[in-house]
Amino acid sequence: MTGILPVLSASPGPAEAPAATELSTMLFVFMLASFIGLGVITRVSRLLHTPLMSLTNAISAIAVVGSIVITGADHPPIITILGAIALFASMVNIVSGFLITDRMLKMFKTGEPRK
Amino acid sequence: MRGELIQVTYLAATALFVFALHWMNGPKTARRGVFAGVGAMSLGIVGTLLTPGLVNWGWITVAVALGFALGIPLSWVPLTAVPQRTALSHAFGGLAAGLVGTAKYYLWLSEGPENLTALRMSAIIAEIILGYLTFTGSLMAAGKLQEVKWIPQRPVTYPFQNASNLGLLGIAVVCGVALVFQPTQLSYLFPVIIVLSLAFGVLLIIPIGGADMPTVISLLNSYAGLSAVAMGFVLDNKLLVTAGALDGSSGLILSIIMCRAMNRSFTNVLFGAFGQVQQKKAAGEQKAVKQETSEGAAQAMEQASLVVIVPGYGLAVARAQQRVRELYDQLTRRGVDVKFAIHPVAGRMPGHMNVLLAEADIPYDRLVEMSEINHDMPQCDVCLVIGANDVVNPAARHDRTSPIFGMPIIDADKAKMCLAIKRTMNPGFAGIDNELYTADRTYMLFGDAKAVVGDLVKQLSGGSAMH
Repeated sequence: MTGILPVLSASPGPAEAPAATELSTMLFVFMLASFIGLGVITRVSRLLHTPLMSLTNAISAIAVVGSIVITGADHPPIITILGAIALFASMVNIVSGFLITDRMLKMFKTGEPRK
Repeated sequence: MRGELIQVTYLAATALFVFALHWMNGPKTARRGVFAGVGAMSLGIVGTLLTPGLVNWGWITVAVALGFALGIPLSWVPLTAVPQRTALSHAFGGLAAGLVGTAKYYLWLSEGPENLTALRMSAIIAEIILGYLTFTGSLMAAGKLQEVKWIPQRPVTYPFQNASNLGLLGIAVVCGVALVFQPTQLSYLFPVIIVLSLAFGVLLIIPIGGADMPTVISLLNSYAGLSAVAMGFVLDNKLLVTAGALDGSSGLILSIIMCRAMNRSFTNVLFGAFGQVQQKKAAGEQKAVKQETSEGAAQAMEQASLVVIVPGYGLAVARAQQRVRELYDQLTRRGVDVKFAIHPVAGRMPGHMNVLLAEADIPYDRLVEMSEINHDMPQCDVCLVIGANDVVNPAARHDRTSPIFGMPIIDADKAKMCLAIKRTMNPGFAGIDNELYTADRTYMLFGDAKAVVGDLVKQLSGGSAMH
């Protein structure tokens, strides 16, 4: 594994307890991701704006990542419960978001195949 | 080692999320986008489950199982209810962000106050304010869309509304700034911020009415994404930042498109309360409207070569999609060219009409955007308006005193004949008279959209049997 990923292995900070990433790095990531988002979304057909919103809904449920970390780690019960509720809420969004997006997209058909 | 593996899965997930959105650019590739999204999310979850130190597997399993148990039925809602479902899921997203921020703060407060650096504290404050206001705001929006009894549908306004709302938010922000500098001593301010954000969310949505819902839902979408970004800063997690930013920018673009389609600014939508705009002009003599029978209307459409149908929220309310499909079939069978003119803010969320018509199996190449269809309108023989009102009001073009002045509209009045289906003559949401209904070439068909379109279909199918 180390051989396959030499660059990543060389990245600073011990893997088990990653040091806080620098603020500037995070801001760079945020800014670039926003620009990519703006670029990609402006090209989405207006036809699909409702499915787009339910898809981004599911994507924003990436909060699941934070919820798992909070719920799973060995914390006082009250923290675990807060995390579990957050995890539940995120899972609802993921499951219903992807399913309904696909359900809607299946309905978009051109005129030709019918008749 | 494990940490690196996690980062690799996050990297792959980010790339797949970008592809998912990229493939949404057209109906042909869009489903691939969903699969990419599912793949990305699975990678993100699997990667996170590898995090060292996870012990509460029982809790994780139960929460995930319950999420599936509620999520699956939530995806079965009728498509007319998609705006509510979307608002509800924004609420869940906001709640998750708020709770994670709250948990993280109290955890650090009790176990390692030195972790509460100014930077992390700012991120936590941003996360909980955005998260909790999105939570209650979206719940209110969902309630309004679902027409829950104890939530007023009409915009509620009262004196000094904006000043007091902004005041509340201002207090929350001031408390937040104080906490950034004194995270441990002033910890009692934390619940205060939570309560203020929850209240602000409710008060923000109360003055907003149905016609502004597309903008507000898009804006809440953006907030839900930004709260995930803030969570990423709190937890030092780049996947949260990237995915949240993608969602945030998507919501932002959609709200800008919605605002442009109404010729209004953000501040105007959020603080303008459409409902309170002038009520003058209520006097003034009413021009008479002309009525048409379904028989006459069917005949006119039968003889047309181009029929343009303008659907609005009324079509969704009456659940008339299937009948419209039958009408489309009847007319196309006779060689009539039928097109659907879609206004960007028709319905209660961006793209609402497209989904409803696609559900009824109407081919999407028949759905035409406003800017394109307006070129064809002078050649259009019959324009059939179904449950749309403000988006076809010619006052938007010339009446400077009209609250919708400047809003781009579908030129239904330029068609050779316009038929408008309407339940009663009550003015539309904005509370303004629609000049279209009294225009010379307009004829009204009164009744429930589903029933009226059903009558038209009956006339057309009966007629064909006779010949």
